[in-house]
Amino acid sequence: MPQLDAKGRHMVAFTLNGRPATVEVETRTLLTDALRHGLGATGTHVGCEHGVCGACTISIDGVPARACLTLAVGIEGCAIRTVEGLAPEPGRLGILQAAFRRRHALQCGFCTAGILMSLDAYLARRPSPSRREITEVIGGHLCRCTGYAPIIEAALEAAAELRGEGPAPAPWENAHA
Amino acid sequence: MKPAPFGYVRAGSLDEALDALRQHGPEARIVAGGQSLMPMLNMRLTKPAMLVDVMRIAALQEPRLEKGALVVPAGVRQAILLERPRLADDLPLLAAALPWVGHLQTRARGTLCGSVAHADPSAEIPLCLVALEGEVRLRSRRKARRVAAEAFFTGMMVTEKADDEMIEAIAYPLRRRDTGYAFAEVGRRHGDFAIVACAAVVDGTRMRLAIGGVADRPTARDFPRLDGSALDDALNAFAWDLAAGDDLHATARYRRDLVRSLGRRVLEDAARVAKGETDREDPPCRS
Repeated sequence: MPQLDAKGRHMVAFTLNGRPATVEVETRTLLTDALRHGLGATGTHVGCEHGVCGACTISIDGVPARACLTLAVGIEGCAIRTVEGLAPEPGRLGILQAAFRRRHALQCGFCTAGILMSLDAYLARRPSPSRREITEVIGGHLCRCTGYAPIIEAALEAAAELRGEGPAPAPWENAHA
Repeated sequence: MKPAPFGYVRAGSLDEALDALRQHGPEARIVAGGQSLMPMLNMRLTKPAMLVDVMRIAALQEPRLEKGALVVPAGVRQAILLERPRLADDLPLLAAALPWVGHLQTRARGTLCGSVAHADPSAEIPLCLVALEGEVRLRSRRKARRVAAEAFFTGMMVTEKADDEMIEAIAYPLRRRDTGYAFAEVGRRHGDFAIVACAAVVDGTRMRLAIGGVADRPTARDFPRLDGSALDDALNAFAWDLAAGDDLHATARYRRDLVRSLGRRVLEDAARVAKGETDREDPPCRS
């Protein structure tokens, strides 16, 4: 039975976006801080630090989770995915990210990493979500810029593209064609 | 904010978890999904010296049917139970209430037993356990015992559990024949703490209404089959007996009003279901 003392520092090993990672933490270190301060992965944002705002949402073993409500010592051996894992290569956006850009689904961007991770995990399990389902997923996040409507449009559009149906043109894109 | 320092034990078996509780007593807390305890730690509302992580205990991961009840061990996450194919048939009340627990992102981590151990008076999972007359199965190195849900919750975030005990499992009695179940709540937004949550169980002779978010614990009352003004009077007496208080979110008067109006609505919904009439046209998202 591994027992870790309160004052010491402890090594935790897991995979981060498919690559092996280790980080040295205290028992009380939150996963948000382990990622940002320990590993320099600052794409995961810290908002309320009590699970309400959703900015720090990541995926742990394929399901969305609040990194601020997760102890770093608790993720030993887990597969962690963060917003840094969404783009296929530096300088290119993933399908979901590109839809967010097209649809103006972000303004300040503070909440965006968390919303992307929730949607990424959800679309992987349910490729054909209804608008209502997406609304429910987004319900676990606070965004003070967008009013949510363009986020929902972007998510539905990305889902269609991921299913191989191609992005639906925005209403204004065909207006004068 | 960040938690105060604590030691951490990753228990590999139930015995290891119980040994740690025996050793550290009141200084130790069980952590499972962390969705109730971690905010308390981050805000330093609690400062345990030792956390005992029970999520790697394989024996606590699987819900099971047992003598007319669904037994949910300490490691079962809310999202896992929601995805159980027969949940709406076996436990229609829990299937209706679980989508109201937090958000998809917190249900993916939070456990049912953790919510029961936390004993927030507005929480849906303890409310359903009280409404269905379920039980809490406690275990320590000294003994194992079973406590009826109504006796388990003793106050605001206070329970019958001793310091060296953990909740090994909770047991929800399965749907009974010719019985209707209904759930509804009012909160500021979906996923917020309920201002008032109502769970109803109605059969041919009895109406049982359990209320969360008003008294200092989930509270149930049994009525004979009533309707009309007799039901209004009974609900009014119940609402006053719950000793509602004012807070930032709602006044006592508003809470009493919700007990009367929402309480009546769930009892009538449950009565319709008991008669075999299908209910609600718009089920909440199941995930």
